Amino acid sequence: MNYVIIGNSVAAVGAIRGIRKVDSEGTITVISRERHVAYGRPLISYLLGGAVTEKRMPYLPADFYEKNRVNLLLGREVVSVDSEASQVKLAGGDVIPYGRLLIATGGDPFVPPIEGMAGKERVFTFTTWDDAARIKGMSADIRKVVVVGGGLIGLKAAEGLHQIDKQVTIVELADRILSAAFDLNAGRIVAKKMKANGIDVINGDTAVRIDGEGEEIIGVTLKSGDFIPCDTVIVAIGVRPAASFLKGSGIEVNRGVVVDDTMRTSVPNVYAAGDVAEARDFFYGKKLPMPIWPDAYIQGDIAGISMAGGEIEYQGGLLMNSIELFKIPTISMGITNPDPGDRYEVLTYLDLGASVYRKIVLEEGRLVGAVLLGKVDRAGIFAGLIRQRVEVAPFKDHLLDPEFGFVHLPKEMRTTLFSPEGKAA
Amino acid sequence: MKRVYSLEDVCIGCHLCEVACITEHSRSKDPVRAFLHEENRPIARCTVEERDGGILSFSTNCRHCDEPDCLRACVSGAIQKDEAGVVRMDTEQCIGCWSCVMACPYGAVQRNVKAKKANKCDMCPDREVPACVCACPNRALVFKEGTPK
Ligand SMILES: Cc1cc2nc3c(=O)[nH]c(=O)nc-3n(C[C@H](O)[C@H](O)[C@H](O)COP(=O)(O)OP(=O)(O)OC[C@H]3O[C@@H](n4cnc5c(N)ncnc54)[C@H](O)[C@@H]3O)c2cc1C
Ligand code: SF4
Ligand code: SF4
Repeated sequence: MNYVIIGNSVAAVGAIRGIRKVDSEGTITVISRERHVAYGRPLISYLLGGAVTEKRMPYLPADFYEKNRVNLLLGREVVSVDSEASQVKLAGGDVIPYGRLLIATGGDPFVPPIEGMAGKERVFTFTTWDDAARIKGMSADIRKVVVVGGGLIGLKAAEGLHQIDKQVTIVELADRILSAAFDLNAGRIVAKKMKANGIDVINGDTAVRIDGEGEEIIGVTLKSGDFIPCDTVIVAIGVRPAASFLKGSGIEVNRGVVVDDTMRTSVPNVYAAGDVAEARDFFYGKKLPMPIWPDAYIQGDIAGISMAGGEIEYQGGLLMNSIELFKIPTISMGITNPDPGDRYEVLTYLDLGASVYRKIVLEEGRLVGAVLLGKVDRAGIFAGLIRQRVEVAPFKDHLLDPEFGFVHLPKEMRTTLFSPEGKAA
Repeated sequence: MKRVYSLEDVCIGCHLCEVACITEHSRSKDPVRAFLHEENRPIARCTVEERDGGILSFSTNCRHCDEPDCLRACVSGAIQKDEAGVVRMDTEQCIGCWSCVMACPYGAVQRNVKAKKANKCDMCPDREVPACVCACPNRALVFKEGTPK
């Protein structure tokens, strides 16, 4: 079999390993428009901040591509897919035939139209190694930055910039930062800590104009009319599935490339995985893009196994995030902001002074979500309880305890979940 | 592949497995020196869980899963599975993002907050039988072939 993978990040890596679990013979070609081997994309803020050097960016052992016999085409962009002829076309005109195709192109940064943006030199997005390197290369000229967007990427950019002593203001439209994962309490705790570190966080507002003559930026005007002086702007509103090159291919694209539980698209022999895909979510089976690293890996793995003829089924994507901001570790997973109503039960523990917060969300006696700040140890046990759809009512009172562990589970459950044989694949 | 399993019925909650683990991963491999004199003393990679004043206790540890959730969640590539099936963590590469802590359903990854590095069981590469198993006074930890799927 001739496998072709577009994109060379974590979903692609999961797929390469998945294919090789089933098929050690087939040829694998990976095409990436970036010039780097697969790297830890979330590490780019550490690269910017100086906590990580270029040497530590690669995600894989040096011999990975060779060991898995991958033909790696770097710096090449796929411009279209011809699913009738089973081939992909590269910029420059080359054509590559495939037996099975995986679309693992991730997300493109979303940049809304902002007045005055055209022609400005120092407006950046922040999703690639090269973005971080470019900003770092210019950092001597940067003093004050406005980061538009208080999601994961915006916060990470702000942290990296703060580490190299830049003044940063974050502007976020929602009433709290990290609104997709955090609730109001969590957002407030972290925002307070950021302010104490000199980072301004403005909520409920957004940038409408970038001010300045020619290439020069003198500041940003917000919707409220406020003016924030700055010399650099980072637009970090989010990413959109990188699927525009699929126009005319016949492959169904909604917000992302629509896939079934084996990561197959609407077209034979074509699969998709990672940030570009729109797969089923864990709780309600709704199809939506889930732009997080662990899920991209899992989807890649499933796509690879399926492409090679193996059998495996997606359990549905479970949103989860771990991010440490200004020494406050935070982990959130599942449903963190349930609709009010009697379906859900919410348990919380808050110690503002110590920046410790725990929130547990139950739906009909089952754990469906958690937010943990400060004390995050063994958070994965919650992820396991969610995935296994365990009835937690019998030990509900222990869930807020920072020492919560298997010891609080009924013996029978403990035996099946924890010992003796370990986790099923 | 052999893994470490714990028997809660005989565990007395003495925490010697944790002591042995810290010692094994220390520079001197001597408990007194490790605990009193070494800078950056390692942390234990097994966790003794207890309740009701020790009426129930057992030591939890890494399962070296066939499909490790920690590995899939790790954003830096610090976690890799070696040829023998041991799930290893390269602390040099680790950036301390705690994604592995978030993902491991056994709660088997520890945070070394001081070093800002995650740590997990490495099956004691320098020994035939892991240190925790050797140290357990009443064989509440066993090292045996398992059959996780
Ligand atoms: C700054 C930052 C911090 C993050 N932090 C976290 C975190 O802490 N935790 C977490 O879970 N997630 C985090 N994420 C999200 C995470 O990085 C993504 O979910 C993950 O990288 C998705 O992997 P992927 O393989 O689907 O695609 P991507 O990593 O987006 O890779 C896709 C690749 O395909 C290439 N490509 C696209 N189109 C084409 C084409 N037409 N031809 C050729 N190549 C193409 C792209 O250039 C890219 O290299 C972060 C993201 C960013 C940007
Ligand atoms: S740390 Fe957890 S997920 Fe990783 S191999 Fe060990 S038990 Fe499995
Ligand atoms: S804490 Fe270290 S080992 Fe764990 S996921 Fe992050 S980088 Fe990987």
